[in-house]
Amino acid sequence: MLAYIDKIKEISGKLLKDGKVDMVIGFRKGSMPMMNEPCFVREAADVQNLVWDSNCGINLANYLAGRKEKIGIIAKGCDTRNIVTHIVENKIKRDQLTIIGVPCKGMIDRRKVSERFEKEIIEAEEKNGSVIVKSADAEDTLKKEDLLQDNCSICIHRNPVIYDELAADLVEEQKDVDRYADVRKIEAMSAGEKWRYFEDLLAPCIRCYACRNACPLCYCPTCFVDESQPQWVGKTLDPVDSRTFHFLRAYHCAGRCTDCGSCVRACPMGIDVRAFTKKLEKDALDLFGWEAGMSVEERPPLDTFKPDDPEAFIK
Amino acid sequence: MEIIKINKKDWNGGLAKSRKAYRLYGPIRVADKYFSEFGALAEDEVPDMSATDTRLSPKSIAFPPSEVMLEYTLDENSEDCNIMKVPEKEYPHRAIIGIRPYDAAAYLLVKKNFDTSEVRDPYWCDAYDACTFIGLAVQEPSLLDFSTSTNSGPFDESGLDVLLVDAGDSYLAKVITDKGKAYLKAAGWGKEAGKDAAGKIEALKKKAEAKIQSSVSFDNIRQKSVMELFEADFWEDTAFACMNCGTCTYVCPTCWCFDIQDETHGKKGVRLKVWDSCMYPLFTLHTTGHNPRDAKVQRVRQRFMHKLKYFMDKYEDGIMCVGCGRCIRSCPVNIDIRNVCQLMNG
Repeated sequence: MLAYIDKIKEISGKLLKDGKVDMVIGFRKGSMPMMNEPCFVREAADVQNLVWDSNCGINLANYLAGRKEKIGIIAKGCDTRNIVTHIVENKIKRDQLTIIGVPCKGMIDRRKVSERFEKEIIEAEEKNGSVIVKSADAEDTLKKEDLLQDNCSICIHRNPVIYDELAADLVEEQKDVDRYADVRKIEAMSAGEKWRYFEDLLAPCIRCYACRNACPLCYCPTCFVDESQPQWVGKTLDPVDSRTFHFLRAYHCAGRCTDCGSCVRACPMGIDVRAFTKKLEKDALDLFGWEAGMSVEERPPLDTFKPDDPEAFIK
Repeated sequence: MEIIKINKKDWNGGLAKSRKAYRLYGPIRVADKYFSEFGALAEDEVPDMSATDTRLSPKSIAFPPSEVMLEYTLDENSEDCNIMKVPEKEYPHRAIIGIRPYDAAAYLLVKKNFDTSEVRDPYWCDAYDACTFIGLAVQEPSLLDFSTSTNSGPFDESGLDVLLVDAGDSYLAKVITDKGKAYLKAAGWGKEAGKDAAGKIEALKKKAEAKIQSSVSFDNIRQKSVMELFEADFWEDTAFACMNCGTCTYVCPTCWCFDIQDETHGKKGVRLKVWDSCMYPLFTLHTTGHNPRDAKVQRVRQRFMHKLKYFMDKYEDGIMCVGCGRCIRSCPVNIDIRNVCQLMNG
């Protein structure tokens, strides 16, 4: 994936120079190991600041909603699916966008790297599918595939589903992936076990809403937890309120979530927020054969009605 | 200044002894994780003295994420109906073991807001007054530590009652206040360190400070006018990546903004003080519907202007930041206060 950057710069520079876009949204190098910062570039000369490696996990579709400019956007598989969702939900117009598709081989979960070292990570360099990591007192070469974000290791849409330019040849999609082993495990639990599972999962939540803000789907002008007249949810760490927030947010993402992993990546407390959304993503697939963000032509199952609906109650 | 030598063999015993008079707080290693969190130690729990920066800062000891300020009843049959009452609170002595010197210094910055000549926040101040800060000098500063350039540092004594310095098989305990002396006495530690102890601490301090690689400068920020910084052209670029998630403000040891909420259950209710963040649109939403900080860029600017300019001007002091680096480490999009400070100072 490292080799993509030259092509990304070339395409971005040309788009800006030709005046096809007003800005390109991408990543610039971060100030600490395994981090890059989402950024925009308006001048062709500045495309040299762009970077691409396995630390570009943030979903850039999140930066599109409501923008008025003509935008070039660098997009992985999941980013493009959320761009599709944005287009379908009228958050951005297709003709505003020039999508620079980036076939992806997965993004690194920096917490998984930190967990393998006693001391702080000082440097991490990616090379041919490996990551050479230096901590304050040790050095090791790790396989990138062992360090992937959980959602990346089970991803079956690594290639962009919609694009105008491509930064590299398409990659082979992962086959025979069991996407829902974890969901089935929870489904098999008794009601009491499920309750405890979710209680434990949410115990560290500090209600900062980083998961919501990192989510490209969460663009409501006023989130229900921020409503004050009436106020639906309390603001303390009372488990009732934390639960209400997480469950409602997850339901609001049903049939829309692309499992991009942004929520987990952003959570400062390391909560596996995907445990909520993934069940709904699985249900959307099981019940409606639906994967979110695959086509701008189709309406999501939860906002369509067909006269030949198999359920009697809705006819 | 008095320096006590605590043999590490006597460490756990001393802590246990001190529990008779103090409730202990300290870094606690999170099971199977590479980080620790600050909190109240259980009966038989000892602080993780090898901890790096705790994920959240220790500010919650005096400033919990939510705290009851007042209680009330709406029961018309009660003579106290509709009267706000301060609940009975106890503030037993607390010893904050192994707090990082710059985290303790952060308490002094927060104190400027909660304990002024005009107002005294009783909840924060009473909790703070009950604390004895037994800090542990940082000898292996993190990559993100820039505390030496914020008027603090890895051996900063300003917010501490005792400074512990790890000297191999013992801790050298520098007694800074009478409160600190009282704690050491309660723990039964009283053996005077030798004459060379002060020199040893000084040498270790120099060594630790020399390991710190990053710094910020804010001399020019002081000279610049508020409007010049407010209208600077870098804010759009700086704020772009920000998702307004508020993580920076929640992990920060010096962020102290809070919201006041009433929660009523049946006829009883409480008025609460809960953490808030300038990153949230609701933070400044007026009842009219107008929001003076409606856009993300305004909120990001507010955070940095408050920390690096308004605070400095208001209190004629340094910046509202001790340089712990937590906001940089936790930010999901890598917004770096050191870079922003440099832009503002430039």
